[in-house]
Amino acid sequence: MTDQVAITADGVSKIFGHGKDEVAALDNVSVEIRENEFFTLLGPSGCGKTTLLRLIAGFEHPSAGRILLHEEEISHLPPFKRPVNTVFQNYALFPHLTVAQNIGFGLAMQDKPQTEIDATVAEMLQLVQMESLRDRRTDQISGGQQQRVALARALAPHPRVLLLDEPLSALDYKLRKGMQIELKRLQLETGITFIFVTHDQEEALTMSDRLAVMNRGKILQVGSPSDIYDRPAERFVADFIGDTNFLTAELIESGPETSLLKLPSGKTLTSHPTDNDCGQIVNIAVRPEQATLTENLAEADLQGTVSNIMYSGTDSHFHIELSPDEEFVAKVQNSGANRRDWQIGQIVGIKFDPGAVQILRD
Amino acid sequence: MSHESRYLSQHELVARSQEVRKNLLLCAPALLVLFLAASGPLLVMLFYSFLEAGNYGGVKYQWSLDGWFNVFMVRDIFTDELGFADAHLSVFWRSIRLSIMTTVACLIIGFPTAYFIATRERKNRNFWLFLVTIPFWTNLLIRTFAIMELIRNNGLINNLLVGTGVIDEPIQMLYTDFAIMIGMTYVYLPLMILPLYASMEKLDFNLVEAAYDLYATRLRVLRRVIIPLIKPGIVAGSILVFIPSLGAFVTPRVLGGGKNLMLGNLIQLQFDQGQNWPLGAALSIALLIIVMTTLLVYVRYAQRSGERND
Repeated sequence: MTDQVAITADGVSKIFGHGKDEVAALDNVSVEIRENEFFTLLGPSGCGKTTLLRLIAGFEHPSAGRILLHEEEISHLPPFKRPVNTVFQNYALFPHLTVAQNIGFGLAMQDKPQTEIDATVAEMLQLVQMESLRDRRTDQISGGQQQRVALARALAPHPRVLLLDEPLSALDYKLRKGMQIELKRLQLETGITFIFVTHDQEEALTMSDRLAVMNRGKILQVGSPSDIYDRPAERFVADFIGDTNFLTAELIESGPETSLLKLPSGKTLTSHPTDNDCGQIVNIAVRPEQATLTENLAEADLQGTVSNIMYSGTDSHFHIELSPDEEFVAKVQNSGANRRDWQIGQIVGIKFDPGAVQILRD
Repeated sequence: MSHESRYLSQHELVARSQEVRKNLLLCAPALLVLFLAASGPLLVMLFYSFLEAGNYGGVKYQWSLDGWFNVFMVRDIFTDELGFADAHLSVFWRSIRLSIMTTVACLIIGFPTAYFIATRERKNRNFWLFLVTIPFWTNLLIRTFAIMELIRNNGLINNLLVGTGVIDEPIQMLYTDFAIMIGMTYVYLPLMILPLYASMEKLDFNLVEAAYDLYATRLRVLRRVIIPLIKPGIVAGSILVFIPSLGAFVTPRVLGGGKNLMLGNLIQLQFDQGQNWPLGAALSIALLIIVMTTLLVYVRYAQRSGERND
């Protein structure tokens, strides 16, 4: 991975409809996607991730802002003039062509000589392990195989950037796991920048080099999977990715290196620096697995009553009632050293792991 | 046990034969109409084409091949010399030529129209389809006279062109082959648009985007993706326009002014002024053979593309 930028979205907005029906699918989005990286756009349906992808592909044109490919503006080029290819959600394989003809389509449209097309098609068939099916019609192969053909077809013209629009959503669980590994392998082997759209947070975390979490036409946070998981900047990000406990605390000191929080229990603890103003009540997030339960109430950050215990194999989820309308969930490994046989109704202390508390942006 | 099962199977047999009889009975009206309205007259025509012409129309019940002979050949009444029936052959040729031209014109106009409708929002499509079918509500003759009003020398188009000074003299459009073609294109256009729309509506527009994404220009998307995929619609529409064009009667009669005959007019002439029923019958059967051949080619073609879409 280099630090060179492949795709830049610069203040991009996309508005659909007119007048009263106007909907902003993208609202002033700026992001830089680097060369050779596996970049994921993650968000719930309707968050604008597919619109951003379609703007990069050229199927839509931005209402405002610019899209650049290697610092060259491509905002208003038609799709056939962009060295960018797409793998569609429903694959969109040509039903009147064979597997090999599908893969060679892009090259044929670039008027490449037939010998070169044949060589590239053979290479692509090998890359996706489909050599034996080259002369099949696309409706004679399985969903997983169609997926591979769609990938090979988009990769054959050696695009600068490959766009993938929820390509795994139509596959069953096992096939999807296999294709995730396959996609990652293809990205490493080809060295092409992949921009991957998904609403599946687990898929996004396992596959991406970096990801952008989107909601309501905006990019909320961009970072590596561990950045996003461990240091969610906003409530939506923390909530969308993994399970989280939301609490409030008072920000009593805010420095360049650390900040000091005062929990409702009166306990203070240090956390990462924040832009929020001192003296304010701030939202904080704590992952369920980043807290331990203890009998030592004096040492604990919070305390409450065990209200429910959910056993789920490797770990148990303890629901702890902090106040009548506030609950904290702690996830404790069943085989771990911290394991205790807590009972429902018992008063327990909750101790946060160092660095577990995330202060959220307003 | 065995007695009971035999009884059951016998019972089933009775039920089945009753079922068959009931189905036949239900089909009977349709079969009867089909025979009386289609096969019956056809057999009469075939029979007449092998009879001798009556003196004042009608037929004499005497076997003769004159009817069929006169389709292709003509015997000079003075010299008794044999020659090709040039007049008939030119009518055949005009019918086929005009039908092909009409089909092509319908395709050229119908394709973008159907594409336009198929790419509208689903809820608005019915409105556009409704507009396409409106002409069907009016009598064919009235529609043809309307076309006449547009293209005659003192008609709307010529008056407009002369009035604006684009041309000095009205262009003679009425009573030409061109007029017949315009008229037939107008009349049969919906028969092209509807099957084209039906296959375009099923077209997955993601495929168009995919081709567009894979460096295909707009023209190539059309040629390499859209046309191959809607071929069944193109074939169906072409057949639906070509066949009635070939047998058209009213349009060439009104817009061709009686001098530019098409097959339908030639046939009518034999039963009317010509008083040569066997020739008329033979011409009808010849027309039928042309239509059947076209249909057979179509069925073959459709089967082939059907196999590919299985």
